[in-house]
Amino acid sequence: MSLIATPNIDDHDAFYAELLAAHRGLTEAQSQALNAQLVLILANHIGDRQILREALELARAR
Amino acid sequence: MPYDYKPFPYVAPPGLTTPEPRHKVIVVGAGPVGLAMALDLAARGVPSVLLDDNDVVSVGSRAICWSKRSLELFDRLGVADKVLGKGATWSVGRVCHGDDEIFSFDLAAEPGHRMPPFVNLQQYHVEAFLAERALAEPLVDLRFRNRVTGIDQTGDTVHVTVKTPDGHYALTADYVIACDGARSTIRAILDLDFDGELFEERFLIADIEMEGDLPSERWFWFEPGFHDGQSALLHRQADNVYRIDLQLGPDADPEEEKKPEKVIPRIEKVVGPDFELDWVSIYSFQCRRLKDFVHGRVIFAGDSAHLVSPFGARGGNGGLQDVDNLGWKLAAVLDGRAPESLLDSYNRERVQAADENIVQSSRATRFMTPANGAERLFRDQVLALARKAPFARGWVNSGRLSTPCVYATTAPDDPALPPVSRPGAVAPDAPQGNGWLLNALGRDVVLLAVNCDAPAGLDVPVLRIEVNDLVAERYLGDAERALYLVRPDQVIAARWIEADARQVRKALAALWEGRP
Ligand SMILES: Cc1cc2nc3c(=O)[nH]c(=O)nc-3n(C[C@H](O)[C@H](O)[C@H](O)COP(=O)(O)OP(=O)(O)OC[C@H]3O[C@@H](n4cnc5c(N)ncnc54)[C@H](O)[C@@H]3O)c2cc1C
Repeated sequence: MSLIATPNIDDHDAFYAELLAAHRGLTEAQSQALNAQLVLILANHIGDRQILREALELARAR
Repeated sequence: MPYDYKPFPYVAPPGLTTPEPRHKVIVVGAGPVGLAMALDLAARGVPSVLLDDNDVVSVGSRAICWSKRSLELFDRLGVADKVLGKGATWSVGRVCHGDDEIFSFDLAAEPGHRMPPFVNLQQYHVEAFLAERALAEPLVDLRFRNRVTGIDQTGDTVHVTVKTPDGHYALTADYVIACDGARSTIRAILDLDFDGELFEERFLIADIEMEGDLPSERWFWFEPGFHDGQSALLHRQADNVYRIDLQLGPDADPEEEKKPEKVIPRIEKVVGPDFELDWVSIYSFQCRRLKDFVHGRVIFAGDSAHLVSPFGARGGNGGLQDVDNLGWKLAAVLDGRAPESLLDSYNRERVQAADENIVQSSRATRFMTPANGAERLFRDQVLALARKAPFARGWVNSGRLSTPCVYATTAPDDPALPPVSRPGAVAPDAPQGNGWLLNALGRDVVLLAVNCDAPAGLDVPVLRIEVNDLVAERYLGDAERALYLVRPDQVIAARWIEADARQVRKALAALWEGRP
């Protein structure tokens, strides 16, 4: 398996809205904390070091 | 009562008056590593001169957590019963964030090992037990207040200059093992680079005595209320002595922080007012190593070769594993049983181990002292998550406790056999009748025959072991039978489900040549 970089979530617009909603009312620091927890939770869920490595590379690419 | 340091007697060495005959081995430094080294060599029939510049055991508790593998080595050296009898055996660790416990772990989950995962005992007690053995061992010539001030190599001879209260003298030897600690004189004289990372954070380390029966557990706090956002560790030792580590930040002034009027109130906040302060010290930590541990006929072991931060108890335990690895190899080279190249495998394997220890202890130190920014953000959120998601508890890093390195090897292996006993790993212990497998293995090469006979015509001792459930689990897995070739340091050299004499002979040759 490799990292999926093509559309993969049903109704991603709705997920995007949920993501923003989760941050609503949070301070900058709280928002950062939430993002950090999300990264950790999702990384653990994915659980595949190769995919995570590819995700890190994609995020860092300009 | 603080430890009563009784000085060992200084005896004027013969070399002051007449030149001494060439020695086989000189071990420099009688810390835990040098003492164990000389004793292990003696057990293999190799005499050594053991030089130490001091005449008392370790000042302060320093290393307190002795790992299962160290205890197994102590057993071979004849001091394990004393260490177990005196020390505090523990297996439960509790990790707190703020004032709440976020999780606990129990290292003793696995039955069927002679030694517990860890025993806590002050380094001075361990050194005293080892020194007592060394003084009674005819093959160890232990000389206190003998400081090495010079070292030089010509051809196959090492020349050493030694300073005593009565003046200087000279010694020669086939090999010198430098166990002279973090500030190694020998490393300095040979002008060897000692590269790595220095952590700026300062830690206060104290031994306190208190009555009362706190359980023998390891307590670690991140950002406890009693210590202002830093980390703290409380660990029980022998004789009602407890070890406290308090993180102080990078700007703490060591001299100022060491004063009792500063220290006592800090500790009162952790344990209340009823304690006595035995020893206090301020440290900053380093993770570094020599590029190579073998330099001609000068071989480095212990802190002289590698330094780690103490979170994970990898310093003293790592040094003792150097001893485990080096003793049989040097004895075999001196006997002419193995080529000198066997010592290259000491370098290769212990460098691998040192790197592993350095990586582990650096990560733990970083987790405790995160840099501002993303590092701190993730650290704090791992702690927050640990309260609500089980996976994150494993990510909380208060030190990954020392386990023996599994050496990289391409020796024969059968992947159908269990991973715990793969080549490169220390042979896992298991019950055998009224005794234990590791005791039965002893300190020589052995071919373990599990549920089968060994091929005929081999020039190696064979041990047919009793197959019980734990042996089956650790050595057979789903296989019916297996053969394990075990090195003198009880590391698995090779294994097969079925092998003929030729295959075993090939693996034996590789073992004595130190091939990976
Ligand atoms: C605060 C603290 C906590 C620690 N906790 C742990 C722990 O829980 N578990 C663990 O495994 N490790 C721990 N360690 C690490 C452990 O103390 C060291 O790794 C260990 O002492 C190394 O043993 P050594 O024999 O290599 O060196 P040392 O113990 O330093 O011994 C070196 C010896 O060489 C002698 N010497 C030096 N120069 C010369 C010379 N020129 N000539 C002759 N003799 C000389 C010295 O006097 C000394 O006796 C801790 C260390 C510290 C500082």
